[in-house]
Amino acid sequence: MPVIGVGIHQSGGTASASPTERKNYSLSSQPANGYEHQSGNGFNHQDHNSQNADGLETNALPTPIANPQIVYTKVFIGNEWHESCSGRKIPVYNPTTEKLLCEVEEADSDDVDKAVRSARAAFQMGSPWRSMDASDRGHLLNRLADLVERDRLLLATLEALNCGKVFLVAYFVDLMATIKTLRYYSGWADKIHGKTIPVDGEYFTYTRHEPIGVCGQIIPWNFPLMMFVWKIAPALCCGNTVVIKPAEQTPLSALHMAALIKEAGFPPGVVNVLPGYGQTAGCAISHHMDIDKVAFTGSTAVSINLSTVCLCEQLALFWFCAFHSCTNELLYCNHAAHMVVTGYQVGKLIQKAAGESNLKRVTLELGGKNPNIVFADCDLEYAVEQAHSGLFFNQGQCCLAGSRVFVEEPIYEEFVRRSVEKARSKVLGNPLLPGVDQGPQINQKQFNKIMELIESGKREGATLECGGSPGGQQGLFIQPTVFSNVRDHMRIAKEEIFGPVQQIMCFRSISEVIERANATQYGLAAGVFTNDINKALTVSSALQAGMVWVNCYNAMSIQCPFGGFKMSGNGRELGEYALQEYTEIKAVTIRISQKSS
Amino acid sequence: MTSSKIEIPGEVKSDPAALMASLQLMPSPVPNPEIKYTKIFINNEWQDSVSGKVFPVYNPATGEQICEVQEADKADVDKAVQAARLAFSLGSVWRRMDASERGRLLSKLADLVERDSVYLATIESLDSGKPFLPTLFVDLQGTIKTLRYFAGYADKIHGTSIPMGKTVKERISQMWNFPLMMTAWKLGPALACGNTVVLKPAEETPLTCLYMAALIKEAGFPPGVINILPGFGPTAGAAIASHMGIDKVAFTGSTEVGKLIQEAAGKSNLKRVTLELGGKNPNIIFADADLDLAVEEAHQGVFFNAGQCCTAGSRVYVEEPIYDEFVRRSVERAKRRIVGSPFDPMTEQGPQISREHQSRVLEFIQIGITEGAKLECGGKALGLKGFFIEPTVFSNVRDDMRIAREEIFGPVQQIMKFKTIDEVIERANNSDYGLVAAVFTKDISKAMTISTAMQAGTVWINCFNALSTQCPFGGYKMSGNGREMGENGLKEYSEVKTITIKMVAKNS
Repeated sequence: MPVIGVGIHQSGGTASASPTERKNYSLSSQPANGYEHQSGNGFNHQDHNSQNADGLETNALPTPIANPQIVYTKVFIGNEWHESCSGRKIPVYNPTTEKLLCEVEEADSDDVDKAVRSARAAFQMGSPWRSMDASDRGHLLNRLADLVERDRLLLATLEALNCGKVFLVAYFVDLMATIKTLRYYSGWADKIHGKTIPVDGEYFTYTRHEPIGVCGQIIPWNFPLMMFVWKIAPALCCGNTVVIKPAEQTPLSALHMAALIKEAGFPPGVVNVLPGYGQTAGCAISHHMDIDKVAFTGSTAVSINLSTVCLCEQLALFWFCAFHSCTNELLYCNHAAHMVVTGYQVGKLIQKAAGESNLKRVTLELGGKNPNIVFADCDLEYAVEQAHSGLFFNQGQCCLAGSRVFVEEPIYEEFVRRSVEKARSKVLGNPLLPGVDQGPQINQKQFNKIMELIESGKREGATLECGGSPGGQQGLFIQPTVFSNVRDHMRIAKEEIFGPVQQIMCFRSISEVIERANATQYGLAAGVFTNDINKALTVSSALQAGMVWVNCYNAMSIQCPFGGFKMSGNGRELGEYALQEYTEIKAVTIRISQKSS
Repeated sequence: MTSSKIEIPGEVKSDPAALMASLQLMPSPVPNPEIKYTKIFINNEWQDSVSGKVFPVYNPATGEQICEVQEADKADVDKAVQAARLAFSLGSVWRRMDASERGRLLSKLADLVERDSVYLATIESLDSGKPFLPTLFVDLQGTIKTLRYFAGYADKIHGTSIPMGKTVKERISQMWNFPLMMTAWKLGPALACGNTVVLKPAEETPLTCLYMAALIKEAGFPPGVINILPGFGPTAGAAIASHMGIDKVAFTGSTEVGKLIQEAAGKSNLKRVTLELGGKNPNIIFADADLDLAVEEAHQGVFFNAGQCCTAGSRVYVEEPIYDEFVRRSVERAKRRIVGSPFDPMTEQGPQISREHQSRVLEFIQIGITEGAKLECGGKALGLKGFFIEPTVFSNVRDDMRIAREEIFGPVQQIMKFKTIDEVIERANNSDYGLVAAVFTKDISKAMTISTAMQAGTVWINCFNALSTQCPFGGYKMSGNGREMGENGLKEYSEVKTITIKMVAKNS
């Protein structure tokens, strides 16, 4: 597979940066106002020619902002920028170059206290936020969407820089989803209906769906901006106030959003943004006695290398060892000094903290090891392509990744052959450059963990069809990797890899594949490819998963609920269902003197 | 009682107080607004009427002609239906559009109305005689909020899956009648649900609606989705109601015409019908109410928009102990009501819509006097030009009088006396109409009893005309059929389809 590294001139790339990887987010939308004429085609100017060489219609495609200035690096509380109480800072890196981008203020439990006080004050009865018309709350969200649209190029550039996402994908998928999410919930604000209830006796009863209060929200690094709005939009739409912690790796787009929130006109304290670490700020949020609800997305696996334990890692160790003492089977120790905490384990810690502290409400979006079932009667070329992008999208760093591809025996070999071909054609490189399909992994820890799992796959006897090594001389790139002859007991078939590694298994019967697909602690998403309506309906109703896609994969939309069965989470985001997670129901009963039906 | 010079309406700064107000805080109307759009809007194009006919549009404050507008007739309705049908055909841009994108278009339309709200309020005042400031703050806000509200609904019209099958909603095409806010009330839910529209504004007030057509095109709606046809009820309106290619008709107007429309729908193609018709709405004031509040709300409740509201609280029932005091204060309030140019910022009440309507209201006042009600104040036409009427209050009104039974649609308040709660419930419900009702009391039991007993689509407690985009609006009995606004409004613009799929293996 060709590699476009930093400063490496790309010549032989056959695939284009493919915004078409997701059909659900419309590509017809125009680039944001004015910015189309922004100068600077690409992060690295010498690659100008390669754009043309690739035959891309560069005039029609948006280009990243060259050397964007990083303006916001502080803690955002009460619509003001603050230094952290401790004075500590977090280094923020570009995973493509592994160079420092900037430092941001590191929020800790004292900053969380400050933010909660601010959010609580904004939630007081009679505050501007509590006395605002619901339709005006909706209007503020819509205005925020307009501002994101205005700054779309900059935000997409920040995502690509800070997260290693392919720029065009960030622009067309992440930013589009961000804008649409804000607009969608903007519309719900004044449509959250209570009911009147015909109770027995001389009474009149109605329900009010009221905001819960101060919501703590903790989000991951794989979709920093999209996760930010998935969390804040329904919370604000229902009238809550928010203390949100972006991932320590990727705080930049969230901090820019903080500035836009102020510009849109949200009252002070309604949204507070605190960059920080899970073990400190995240822990403070989930334990806080004055936070009414916590929502966490952690599809990531946090790996900790005991030989290089730093201060925060010691804290982390303390934190999850406390957890380990009561649930001892979930801590993986592979090598003596290498431990992995998967997303659902952090989710368990959060739910436990909620129980220990004030019984705050909890919603969790955790990991997945999602089955993608391909029957012999499907459209093969299409199924190969969907299974490919369903796994490799975003460098494989998706909780939705279809990482267990079950293929029916008659087409197994052909499916593997075509999948390998497809994986080999992927172009690795600087995600800011056109023509690139796959950027770097987020950091060294993730890189190590993925490489370690690839090794385990080889050791356990799966066939490595392609890839399996780092991509290029430098950076955190991993070659698109395909394993065939994978058996269900292998670690690569059980654990969330969160990297560009595809496992392809063989199955014979429908009942067998249903059982094998469900034999996991996870239950986030599943796919099925078949032209037979009976197979489609049988599999879709039998799978234990929050989302089932029939003849498509990753067909997400704002209007559809998203969330997991079993250990993949608790509660639902998006759609109307998310509103339930951010409201309390109050039944008001009034004594009446005479009933009249 | 009247502002300085109602003979020269249109003169913005006629009075020193008005001058100060308009200079300091208040938005001012656009001076001498240009009327840009006077043609028929079909397929996103401006067209002359097939017959070549035009009709005059008047300023009711002066009686002078503002402009002439192309008059749509049956042939134009046919053209518009063809365009709307094409825009609705399977595979069209409109049918294939994401629901969220339909919402986005409605939201853009709201932004455009907001951008041009001062201009729109100006021509709305010019054309209908509404005072400019309430038009800007009530009608325009109502229009913008309605468009935004339904913009948000476009991608939230959910089917339900039923253990064993699935239901999905489908759309119908439609049309209707009235000025700016009504345009939004009709367009918002119809477009959110994905219908296409042929819309006829009232012949008296087509101007803001035609301007909206231009904004609709600017917002980016595909051609044919919305077609606007100025014309008269007996010709264009009748053609719409009996058209075989129209799937649904929605009408706001009088009860007589409403009956004709339902009949035409039955005779032609059983098109779905929603009707918002008249009202003779009771407003019940108990002795324990906050009297100042009740007097003011009852006053505004009937005199708002020169009494030309289907929601007008035109039967005010007052409990005996406070009756005399209530009448005294209501009369005092009516005498203070400022009638004048719609463009004078001090004006509370403009002219009636037309000469004929003015005569009809004055005739009702004469009937009231003849039947023995006591005329407390007002009762006459006002000014040298235009169609103004003095704010009028009748006391000692009995339920059998015509002013207590028929919709006057003018600035005339009827105040009746009652003794018991049972009596007032029976009297309030004793009407063919059932649009709205209100009750003023501090006693929660009285409030609950009255609100559950009223035969009315909307009941207000300690308030009047508290309409909002989020609440369903519509009438019991002869006040109409169906509901507009709120989630209920969507049901009127969608068909439910049940889809059932056979499964080989059930799995709960």
